[in-house]
Amino acid sequence: MKHVLESVESQFEMFQILNEDGKIVNKDDMPDLSDDELKELMRRMVYTRILDQRSIALNRQGRLGFYAPTAGQEASQLGSHFALEKDDYILPGYRDVPQLIWHGLPLYQAFLFSKGHFHGNQMPEGVNALPPQIIIGAQYVQAAGVGLGLKMRGKKNVAITYTGDGGTSQGDFYEGINFAGAYGAHNIFVVQNNGFAISVPREKQTAAKTLAQKAIAAGIEGIQVDGMDVLAVYAATKHARERAIAGEGPMLIETITYRYGPHTMAGDDPTRYRSADLDTEWEKKDPLVRFRKFLEGKKLWSEEEENQVIEKAKEDIKEAIKKADQHPKQKVTDFISNMFETLPSNLVEQMEEYKAKESK
Amino acid sequence: MAQMTMIQAITDALRVELKNDENVLVFGEDVGQNGGVFRATEGLQKEFGEDRVFDTPLAESGIGGLAIGLALQGYRPVPEIQFFGFVYEVIDSISGQMARLRYRSGGTHTAPITVRSPFGGGVHTPELHADSLEGLMAQQPGLKVVIPSTPYDAKGLLISSIRDNDPVIYLEHMKLYRSFRGEVPEGEYTIELGKADVKREGKDVTIVTYGAMVHASLKAAEELEKNGIDVEVIDLRTVSPIDMDTILESVKKTNRVVVVQEAQRQAGIAANVVAEIQERAILHLEAPVLRVTAPDTVYPFSEAEEVWLPNYNDIIEKVNTVVNF
Repeated sequence: MKHVLESVESQFEMFQILNEDGKIVNKDDMPDLSDDELKELMRRMVYTRILDQRSIALNRQGRLGFYAPTAGQEASQLGSHFALEKDDYILPGYRDVPQLIWHGLPLYQAFLFSKGHFHGNQMPEGVNALPPQIIIGAQYVQAAGVGLGLKMRGKKNVAITYTGDGGTSQGDFYEGINFAGAYGAHNIFVVQNNGFAISVPREKQTAAKTLAQKAIAAGIEGIQVDGMDVLAVYAATKHARERAIAGEGPMLIETITYRYGPHTMAGDDPTRYRSADLDTEWEKKDPLVRFRKFLEGKKLWSEEEENQVIEKAKEDIKEAIKKADQHPKQKVTDFISNMFETLPSNLVEQMEEYKAKESK
Repeated sequence: MAQMTMIQAITDALRVELKNDENVLVFGEDVGQNGGVFRATEGLQKEFGEDRVFDTPLAESGIGGLAIGLALQGYRPVPEIQFFGFVYEVIDSISGQMARLRYRSGGTHTAPITVRSPFGGGVHTPELHADSLEGLMAQQPGLKVVIPSTPYDAKGLLISSIRDNDPVIYLEHMKLYRSFRGEVPEGEYTIELGKADVKREGKDVTIVTYGAMVHASLKAAEELEKNGIDVEVIDLRTVSPIDMDTILESVKKTNRVVVVQEAQRQAGIAANVVAEIQERAILHLEAPVLRVTAPDTVYPFSEAEEVWLPNYNDIIEKVNTVVNF
């Protein structure tokens, strides 16, 4: 038929700056980062990889609770975060704890979140973020509200939110990007496409050739980025941020990435749905390996520096888990206190009841 | 004092709060230019501008999420869900998200949001427009659920809801929108949330009710008075939390209670009221506490609403039963 659009077959070309060998393949879009900033990006990725390894170990020892592994996704998570300013607002999914940590959430609180303590969700003053969202996609509609609020307040800031490939199937995903587009809100929507929604492969999730093209229907800009290339993710997010605060509208960024570990540490076994060959193929694209090669080529990185970061991470983690373990245990009266500004009559009664129980 | 319909009182409350607090935002489907499908926001966009009173895309979950996000930026959102039957589309944003925000963030984030929505039977709407779903909301800790029955209460309760720093579900019975007028003071006044109101004093039987059933109960009370039965009618006004103090005071006086709701019988507000009364005042009761409710079917097709909805004859029958027990 003449009037049927052909663009459903069109592919977004993947945006890349560094190839797997750490070579610049796209000089034009190379971001303007100082040597110190480049090294800081590497430090953060190494630190976060160690944090992931230690978190998995702590989880296996029974010292942490809910944990969603992050290894493989460092470039997507930290490259996008590195493009933000301190006053930008983060609405994370549950795998996006690293962004919160680099935005200012103390490590011991991240551990408390994992252990299931509400103090892990208490963002310190000045850390503009929500606690990790558990419902897939719910953060997308809330992000549109924060983005609209930032625009109406006349702030030169953005709200960034994250979901995975599976999240793009949710109604809230579409509602969020559509609302933000309609209002020209200050939003960056990141989809970390790691290929699997727990076990369901991306190809079974949607007939769309890319997830980035979902931006078209919402009338916003979209881009597919090599999510293992920290410079590409940084450059795309920086671009999205500048557009958003200039009033040019929100942007959808699909990062092509991979999680090496299971979906969460609660019994997921990736060998049931992924082959060892696929794992190996993706490990060759590793964001740390690639960026290390790039930095070594510029004489900006050494094994010694990397070891320093690793030692620092291990030390911080040791301290933080100790602090988390020592944090006061939660009481029912804490929960009651946190329900309302002023307790309604039913909770006034229940507060008395539990105070009496707790003082026994 | 001005005589207003309930819908006029609601518009007036919105106007007072839009004027009073620049962070109050009113939005939803058709609320801007069109003034809402029931005209609850009539003239407000013109008066306060498109930044304060605005239309949203047609997506309820999006409206709920937008409200949360705006609240995080210091606004005081008053979103409208066009008909409360559409709440199923926004249950996560309401019950899963805004109701839990203060709790899950340990008090560091709050959701001072008032979700307004028309509901209630008897006006021949299509499916999923008229259902009484207040019980569904009352089940969720973290929400207050308010249902006014008069223009005066509607204004004072809406102003209090908007000023509350936690989420409030404010439900407007469609049948009451324009069915009568009442005195409504000009300017601002508040009615404390969680406080019931004795709409009629009596010494023989207590009727505990809310919403449109307040009026059916008052009508029944007039009829019963002719037979020498003196009925007290308590209008809950807030169905979560429930004002047990007012109920118990009345029960201790009358020793007989009928709880009346338009909603179906299973679970729900009336069941909760009955449970609370028997736990706290069983020795004051001379008869079982009875309920007048709709049957436990899905809400009826509109032509049959009259045979399905509880009415004042049902109330008279149950009151006679507890009196003659």
